[in-house]
Amino acid sequence: MKLDAQIPAGPLALKWDRRRFEMKLVNPANKRKFDVIVVGTGLAGAAAAASLAELGYKVQAFCYQDSPRRAHSIAAQGGINAAKNYQNDGDSIHRLFYDTIKGGDFRAREANVHRLAQLSVNIIDQCVAQGVPFAREYGGLLANRSFGGAQVSRTFYARGQTGQQLLLGAYQALCRQIGLGSVTIFPRTEMLDLVLVNGHAKGIVTRSLVTGEITAHAADAVILATGGYSNVFYLSTNAKGCNVTASWRAYKKGAAFANPCYTQIHPTCIPVSGDHQSKLTLMSESLRNDGRVWVPKKKGDTRPPREIPEDQRDYFLERKYPSFGNLAPRDISSRAAKEVCDEGRGVGPGGLGVYLDFADAIQRIGEAGMRERYGNLFDMYEKITGENAYQRPMRIYPALHYTMGGLWVDYDLMSNVPGLFVLGEANFSDHGANRLGASALMQGLADGYFVAPYTLGHYFATAKQPKPRSDQTEFKKAAADMQELTRKLLAINGKRTVNSFHKELGAMMWEKCGMARNEKGLKELLAQIPVLREDFWKNVKVAGQNEELNQSLEHAGRVADFLEFAELLAQDALHRRESCGGHFRTEYQTEDGEAKRDDENFAYVAAWEYAGPGRAAILNKEPLIYEEVHMSTRSYK
Amino acid sequence: MNLTLKVWRQKDARTEGRLVTYQAPNVMPDMSFLEMLDVLNEDLIAKGEEPIAFDSDCREGICGTCSMIINGLAHGGMRGTTVCQLHMRHFRDGETIVIEPWRARAFPVLKDLITDRSAFDRIIQAGGFVSVNTGGAPDANALPIGRIEADTAMDAAACIGCGACVAACKNASAMLFVAAKVSHLAALPQGQIEREQRVLGMVKAMDEAGFGNCTVTGSCEAVCPKEISLDFIARLNREYGKAILKNTFPPAGKGGD
Repeated sequence: MKLDAQIPAGPLALKWDRRRFEMKLVNPANKRKFDVIVVGTGLAGAAAAASLAELGYKVQAFCYQDSPRRAHSIAAQGGINAAKNYQNDGDSIHRLFYDTIKGGDFRAREANVHRLAQLSVNIIDQCVAQGVPFAREYGGLLANRSFGGAQVSRTFYARGQTGQQLLLGAYQALCRQIGLGSVTIFPRTEMLDLVLVNGHAKGIVTRSLVTGEITAHAADAVILATGGYSNVFYLSTNAKGCNVTASWRAYKKGAAFANPCYTQIHPTCIPVSGDHQSKLTLMSESLRNDGRVWVPKKKGDTRPPREIPEDQRDYFLERKYPSFGNLAPRDISSRAAKEVCDEGRGVGPGGLGVYLDFADAIQRIGEAGMRERYGNLFDMYEKITGENAYQRPMRIYPALHYTMGGLWVDYDLMSNVPGLFVLGEANFSDHGANRLGASALMQGLADGYFVAPYTLGHYFATAKQPKPRSDQTEFKKAAADMQELTRKLLAINGKRTVNSFHKELGAMMWEKCGMARNEKGLKELLAQIPVLREDFWKNVKVAGQNEELNQSLEHAGRVADFLEFAELLAQDALHRRESCGGHFRTEYQTEDGEAKRDDENFAYVAAWEYAGPGRAAILNKEPLIYEEVHMSTRSYK
Repeated sequence: MNLTLKVWRQKDARTEGRLVTYQAPNVMPDMSFLEMLDVLNEDLIAKGEEPIAFDSDCREGICGTCSMIINGLAHGGMRGTTVCQLHMRHFRDGETIVIEPWRARAFPVLKDLITDRSAFDRIIQAGGFVSVNTGGAPDANALPIGRIEADTAMDAAACIGCGACVAACKNASAMLFVAAKVSHLAALPQGQIEREQRVLGMVKAMDEAGFGNCTVTGSCEAVCPKEISLDFIARLNREYGKAILKNTFPPAGKGGD
C-alpha cells in the first residue's frame, strides 16, 4: 500500500496557504452536478454537510439518531480551544500548535496540527456569527478558561454545554440547507457498507432503523464523520449508539486504519456503581481548574473525607507535577489515579475512585460562584450518585473517553481510497497519541467547516470519475451482501444476548488493553478475542426480524464489528513496543513511572491494511518527520 | 427492590398498542431507570420474548433522545431531569410503575416507547437559524454582547429538543420548544436581521405539524429537563405579535431595487 500524506512543501506556517492555492477549483455552476454523501451529523459531519451545500454541492446526510441534533458531539462539556490570545497571556497559533503536538506525545503529523491551530481562530468567529451563546465577561467580550496541558487561557465555553451549543450552531446551519433543498437528511439510518467503483468511493449501503429496508446510495464522494470507537470497551463515556461499524466496513473495503491503540482515558468520570452499569459519565475536565485531587495517605482509610485532616491527605497530582498540578494532561492524571488505587488508597465502593475536592474553591469564590461555573455538573453528579459535591468531595475515576486512532487520511483528509474523506474523531490525524482537552470540538469543526469544503473540490476537479448510479452491479452486490449479513445474524438464534458478548469483550479489553498494557496481557487478549467472536457467531440470540425497528439487530451488527476491530486494536498495541501518550506499556517506562517513548523505532503512523478474512492485517508505516519541532520528552513537572 | 411495570407495547405505527405487565425483581437503588429496563430486556430476550424498544443515547441528560412518560409524568417528574438521569433510589419497593411513550398527534409512535419527533426538525428548518454561510465572519470580539443578553440567550438555548413539553401539555403544544429557539436568537444581535421572518416561519411550521395551541397552563415548564422558563413563551408571543403587525402594516418604502 502506498501512503502519501501529500504534505505541501515550504515552511510550516505557509503550508496551508500554499495547498489552498495549489488546489484545483470547481466552478460555481458545476458544483451542483456533484453529489456528496456525509455519514454522521456531529460537529464534523454537520459542519461539512452545511458548508458543502452552501457552496452548491448536492448533499445527502445520514445519521443513526432520530435527529441530526443528537450526535454525540453534543455531550462535550468543557470547551473549545482557539489561539485568539484574547486574554493577552502570550498565546499564539504557534503555541497552540506546539501544545497540541507535545500533548500528543510527538506522534501526530506536524503539518495537520499546525493547520488546526491556524483554523481555530476562524471557528470561534464562525460560531459567534451563528449565534452560539459563548460565556462573556461583563464588558461584553468573550470569556476564557484554562484546560489541561496548557498554561494559557484559550478555552471558549458555553456553561458546561459547549458541545451542545456548537452542535446546535452546525445543526441549524444544516437545517437551513435542508429547508433550502440542498441537503437531504436521512435520520434513523445506519451505514452498513462502503461501495467502490473503479477503486473510488462512490456510495454507501444503509439500513433504515425504522423499516429495516436496505438501500444503496450513489454519490461522487463519501465523507465519513462517524466518531470514535471507545465503545469497544463497552463502558465508556460515549453514547450507547456510538460504534465503529462505518469505519470498520470502510477498512474492509481497503481504507487503512491508523494507530487504533491510541485510546484516551479521561481522568474525571463518575466511578462504576455496579454490574448493571450501562455507560460512564464524564465530569468535565474544567472542574480540575478549581478542584484538588487527593486520596488518603494511609491504605484502607475509610473515614469520611472531611474527617481526614490535611496532613493525612495525598494531593498526588500537585505532589508529582508541581508546575501543572491538577491540570496535568489526561493520560498522566489517569495513570496517577490508577496507581494510587492500585496501592490500595482508592476511595468509595471497591476502592476504585479518588477525591476531587472543591472546598478551597468554595471558600474562595463561594458556593454561588461555583454554581455559576459548574452548576449543571454538580447537579448531574448528584443525580447519578445521590451525593452533594458542594458538601463532600466528588469521587472520580478514569474511563474510556476518546480515540485518537482512526482511518488514515492524507493532508487533504482523504483516505487511501480515493473519494473517501474522513473527518473528526473518525480520522487519526491531529491528536497523536493523546488529545488535549477542548481540542476535539476544535478538530471536528476545523475539518468540517474549513478543510473538507476545499479539498473535496480538488478531488472532483482532478479525479474525473464517471457519475455512479445506484443500480450499477457494485451497488447491487454490496446491498445483497448486507442483506445476507443481516439474515445470518438473525438465523443464529443461540442462547446468549448481544449485550452479554459486548460486556465480556469490554471487560477483557479494559483489563488487558486499558490504562496499562503489557506483552503478556496483550498476547492473552489476542487469544481470547477470536474465541469470543466464534462463540458470538454460534451462540448469539438476536430478537425479532429485519423488517422492523429492531434494536437488538442494530446492536448485534455493531458488536460483530467490535469483535473484529478489538483484535486489530490489541495487535497494534502489541506491536508498538514503546509507551506514548494514551498507550502505556508497562515494560517501557522511566524509573519514576512515566511513559518512555522510542523515537528511533516508533516515530511513525501505523496504518493497518485489511488482508482478507482470517488473515493478519498488514502493517504500513508513514514516518513522522518533524521539520520545525524538536521531539522532546514530555514533562509536566 | 421488586417492582411491577406496566409498559406500553405497540408493534408499529399502524398496530394498536396496549399496556403489558412485567415484574422487575432485584432492582438496585443505584441503577438508572434505563438500566432497570436494560436488565428487564436482557431477561425478555433470554426468554425468547421481544425486548421493549425505547430511545436513549448519551445517557447523560444532554442529547434529548430518551423520552417516556412514567406514572403520567414526562421523564418521571423529577425536577430538571431526563429519564436517563432518573435513578431507582427515588422509587419504593413493591411499587407499580406505568411507562408510556410521548403522546401527541405530531409525535406518532413508531414502536413501543419510541416516537417520531422529526416535526421538531422541520420547525428549525423553517427559520431556527442565522443565515450566515461558512467563512467571512467578523472577529468574534468585534461585537460585544452584554452579560444579560448572553445569559438570556444561553438560558433559552439550553433546550435539548426532547419533546417533554409537548408530551406534558394537554393540548400537545410545542410552544415552549419554539419559544426557546426564537428567544435564543432574538436575544442576540446576530439574530436581529431575520427576527420577524424567523418567528413567522417557525410558528407556521409548528401549526402545520399538528401541534396544539398554548393555554399557558405551565405543565411544559414543570417537566422540562433543562427548566426552560415559561417566560420565553411570553417572549415568543411578543415576537410573533410584533412580526404580524409589521407584516400587516409594512413601513413606507419597501426597499428592493
